[in-house]
Amino acid sequence: MLRIADTFVVERPRTVAAALALLDAHGDKARLVAGGTDILVNIKHGLHAPEVLVDLKAIDGLRVVDLEGDVFELGALVAIHDLARHPGVQAALPSLARAAGLIAGPQLRRMGTLGGNICLDTRCVYINQTHFWRDALGYCIKKDGTVCHVTKVGKKCVAAASNDTAPVLWTLGASVRLASPRGVRELALEDFYVNDGEKNTVLAPDEILTHVRVPRPAPTRRMAYQKLRVRDSIDYPMLNLALAFDLDGGVVSNLDVVVSAVAARPRRVKRLPEGPLSAALIDEAAALAHKQVRPLTNINGDVAWRREMVPVLLRRAFAEALGEEAAA
Amino acid sequence: MKRLLSLDVNGETHEVAARQNHSLLEVLRYDLGLTGSKQGCDKGDCGACTVLVDGRPTLACTTLAAMVPPAARITTIEGLAGPAGLDPVQDAFDRCGALQCGFCQSGMMLSARALLDEDRDPSDAAIREALGGNLCRCTGYTQIFEAVKLAGAIERGEAPAYDPQPAAGYTVLGGRHRKADGHLKATGRAIYTDDITLPRMLHGKILRSPHAHAAIVSIDTAKAEALPGVAAVLTGEALPIKYGVIPWTMDEQALCTDRARFVGDEVAAVVAVDEETATRALALIDVEYDVQPPVMDPAASLEPGAPQIFPGRRKGNLTKRVKLEFGDVDAAIESAHAVIEGRYLFEGTAHAPIEPHCVVAEMDPRGILTVWSATQIPHYVHRTLSRVLELPADRIRVIQPALGGAFGGKSDPFGHEIVAAKLAMQLGRPVKFLLDREETFFTHRGRHPMHMQMTLAADAEGRLTALDSDILIDGGAYTSFGMITTYYSGQLLTAPTGYETYRFHSRRAFTTKPPCGPKRGHGSVQPRFAFEIQLDKMAHALGLDPIELRRRNDVGPDSQTVNGQQITSNGFLECLRVVEQASGWKTRYGKLPYGRGLGVAGSTYISGTAYPVYPNKMPQSGVQVRIDRSGRAHVMCGASDIGQGSDTMLALIVAEELGLLPDRVVVTSSDTDLSPVDLGAYSSRVTFMAGTACKQAASAIAARIREAVASELEVPSRQVACGNGRWFWTEDPEKGVTTAEAFVLAESAFGTVGATGGYQTDESLGGSYRGGTIGASPAYSFTAHVAEVEVDVESGFIRVHKIWAAHDCGFALNPQLVEGQIAGSVYMGWAEAVMEEQAFAYGGPNPGLLRGPNLLDYRIPTAVETPEIECFIVESQDPKGPYGAKEAGEGPLHPILPAIANAVYDAVGIRLDELPFHPAKVRAALAEKAAREAEQGA
Repeated sequence: MLRIADTFVVERPRTVAAALALLDAHGDKARLVAGGTDILVNIKHGLHAPEVLVDLKAIDGLRVVDLEGDVFELGALVAIHDLARHPGVQAALPSLARAAGLIAGPQLRRMGTLGGNICLDTRCVYINQTHFWRDALGYCIKKDGTVCHVTKVGKKCVAAASNDTAPVLWTLGASVRLASPRGVRELALEDFYVNDGEKNTVLAPDEILTHVRVPRPAPTRRMAYQKLRVRDSIDYPMLNLALAFDLDGGVVSNLDVVVSAVAARPRRVKRLPEGPLSAALIDEAAALAHKQVRPLTNINGDVAWRREMVPVLLRRAFAEALGEEAAA
Repeated sequence: MKRLLSLDVNGETHEVAARQNHSLLEVLRYDLGLTGSKQGCDKGDCGACTVLVDGRPTLACTTLAAMVPPAARITTIEGLAGPAGLDPVQDAFDRCGALQCGFCQSGMMLSARALLDEDRDPSDAAIREALGGNLCRCTGYTQIFEAVKLAGAIERGEAPAYDPQPAAGYTVLGGRHRKADGHLKATGRAIYTDDITLPRMLHGKILRSPHAHAAIVSIDTAKAEALPGVAAVLTGEALPIKYGVIPWTMDEQALCTDRARFVGDEVAAVVAVDEETATRALALIDVEYDVQPPVMDPAASLEPGAPQIFPGRRKGNLTKRVKLEFGDVDAAIESAHAVIEGRYLFEGTAHAPIEPHCVVAEMDPRGILTVWSATQIPHYVHRTLSRVLELPADRIRVIQPALGGAFGGKSDPFGHEIVAAKLAMQLGRPVKFLLDREETFFTHRGRHPMHMQMTLAADAEGRLTALDSDILIDGGAYTSFGMITTYYSGQLLTAPTGYETYRFHSRRAFTTKPPCGPKRGHGSVQPRFAFEIQLDKMAHALGLDPIELRRRNDVGPDSQTVNGQQITSNGFLECLRVVEQASGWKTRYGKLPYGRGLGVAGSTYISGTAYPVYPNKMPQSGVQVRIDRSGRAHVMCGASDIGQGSDTMLALIVAEELGLLPDRVVVTSSDTDLSPVDLGAYSSRVTFMAGTACKQAASAIAARIREAVASELEVPSRQVACGNGRWFWTEDPEKGVTTAEAFVLAESAFGTVGATGGYQTDESLGGSYRGGTIGASPAYSFTAHVAEVEVDVESGFIRVHKIWAAHDCGFALNPQLVEGQIAGSVYMGWAEAVMEEQAFAYGGPNPGLLRGPNLLDYRIPTAVETPEIECFIVESQDPKGPYGAKEAGEGPLHPILPAIANAVYDAVGIRLDELPFHPAKVRAALAEKAAREAEQGA
């Protein structure tokens, strides 16, 4: 059996402050763990060798789902399964509930957390492999090597953001609350991710993502999430797309489309159209998305096909967002 | 560092000192001995380790034991049954035949339990979703869905009573019985190889080549040997004798000495106090390689000047060439009314059983070596160990514990088995090697990639006049069964749809890839794919219905094929009729809206090979039965139950013959000390051969009991019958005795009662030409499938909505097990058609590196997307099969791949001649068709 390397002790702080103190004491030798579904596999693969694993799950107060105010508050430790099944989330943030319900399989959805999915490490066919495999490959730039086998030339890691919730939350205007010894800061999700596959977030080693804050969507807001994958369970996205727009009197405005599982950072499609809802508007948005999104060979699946699927997912997302309105 | 943990498992508090890096799975299995939770994929991809934590399905392999809160309630499969008996989920899984190999089912049942706790009457979609994180490789999920529904019905008090309903004329056979080992698998008590822990056991790991092709210059093991905790390091010099499953092509060595031939080839081995120490030691072995150019393509492998994979071998990189011609093919093609030429590609696939390879070996003080291995061929392992270790066979015992799926992937003797045995002998301590998932992919023996070219000719009436086939087979690094594969690629193609003349030319080339071998439907799934598409193309060329074309060319029962194979029973036309009717073919084929289509295909497969793998005059299968005065019987047979249910088959036959209830029969199988030789679970031979042997032994005992009972009842012995626990007078069934009393009568009259039976080779079978016996079988099964597909033309995904599968198994000794084999076969073939692919390198710098050798990247389907499969059993009553039975485990896989391809043609008018049908390929074919039509339009 592929074993988890014996490098660490597990600490189970009861408060955020205690967790921060552990991070402060151990610096980059410590790693946070909640569901463990990502990091423990990565440790098995020899991608990390922490000396301290700070298990956040004993901390109270990070499982809140507060949908009362103008800004919803979701605790980082909310289990993916609970997010997907939460009636309030299903009603108010259907694209988020849908994305959560499409993550991995039933067990991992119970184990994994919202915070964990937002902080999911980037993925690449050359990195999510055993140490033997990566050694036989000659390693890569993300860990232990100097070359990127995807771009062949680049000196920058292009492992793909593979979180299902990230593009959705981005289109919902969400922000994340980060606690550190310096206090609490809140960052728009857009500013949380950076385009570097080695580490695609600005989360500092001494910081903890505690909450996700989502502005209450206007009643006119429509939203959807589409995921490309081979199997209807378990699989990470080969491409995913979140969409949101206001629909008022048959007019589309504030159209927002974020595509991910492409590069290290989810990508927002730019210069999207506004105006009366029409096939032409959707076609224009689809064409723009196709033009702007260029998948790489970092994820399994034919690259040209994945690019062709960008406009397909966009059209399907429109249909999903419109639901019965589409038929009418 | 260890920490004292307090865990609430199955309602009991356990205090256990566990290392902080140990997963909950390791603690449950190895510290608490709760081995019902299984390890399949290493890293959260398969769900075999699923336990409930506070009622929530949780993967124990990716949960650190140290992270489980002390207050959390953990439920494992061992905790599911209560004092009142099985949980309804366990009972239902057992009743429905959902427990094939059983390896994934502990986790599956716990996921089902969690679902039913939420909803006692779940919808089909909810069941699929809830089980979507538990991969099963045996069942095609069909009987699992039935089981979950039944469990819900049991809990709601709506379930029908258990009633197996034997076939007319039988008291046991033909009934839908529980499996002989069902209760063990339902409760997590079946012992698989890795569940065995022996005192002072050491753990081994194997060092593998990172290069696809390299000469080994030197191996320095000194640093590894010096690591504290390491007991021994082994290199190939200690094991110079070559071996291989086929006696004429022994080209494998337990550990390479001169050359590594694929990424993952075994180079050295370490045993240590634990797996972690052994793994650390691997990194301390210095191997100097002289890297050679890899050979990744079979055509390039046979080019002059290609790098030689076995330098000095007389035939170079060619494993085997077979060229056979029956009749004048060229003349027939020349004079044909219609000729279809096609080129086809089958990329390789893996078996991916959920249980990884594992072996435990121990040498006892008498000098007797015992080897427990996850194998489907204990007898060949026995012979191989004797040969390589130079140990007389009477000093070796091989035991196959419960086996967690095999599908042909465990039908070679393996290096890790030999290495473990050697080290156990050397150290005088038990040794275990548990391969990880990646190593299981390297060990491979999967389906051969084949490049196929076929020309099919027909006359104006739709009579097929010629088939000309040319196949290049990619063998990977060693021969394994490759000589047979090469023959099978041609020999098994001549029924059920026949033709007047036939030529095939097949070549198998070595490449520097993990060695290929037999996967379910060995050697013939690939050419069957090509041929059945050729038939579809021919039907369209002739303007005939594809079913009609097959009818016109059906070889029929009691016939001889063009290559001299003797067909006895043949239910193919009935199979065709059944699927034609069930699918609404006549009103729907060719008439469904664009995007939706139906496709048909047929096939045949052997029920065992006529001749044993090594020539001998002994029975191919031996069975011993004895009865006990308590009223029980004991059947012993070397046959390997790999989940298909051969133990159950033996028990049912004994029960039928001796009038017993099936649970009064004890089965001891696949233990070379305790059971007579059976050659193993391959070539779909077990029911036919072991069943025949078992019937022979049991009926010999029955004759004695009948005589004793007749004497007691003072009636003629021909008027004595048995069933349901009694022996009685047929003229007045009230007059009789219980089976226990009958056994006492027999024992009183004849002394201790036992008998043996054996299946003897029928030497009349096969064609009278060189190779004519390969592909010869005492009986052939027949199958027809219709698939209904929907092609998502935007994305290229092929959604298979429904598969109707009719299979002629002669006679279903247990229809539930037959349906399990049909559905499991259909699932496996469908997966090979739409998603599975053994592929290499990704374009990275190491061309021989297998793509994602894990169960996340090598995708085997989940419960969610698996199609609805409807199974139909056709019974042609084989004259030589036991009670008319023949095989069901491999034949039903073949037709599904071409049936899907043919359905895609019906749906959208594109031909998919290369497997697998990735959506990108479908899109490309659609674009090509559009361009072609535009050109024709212009």
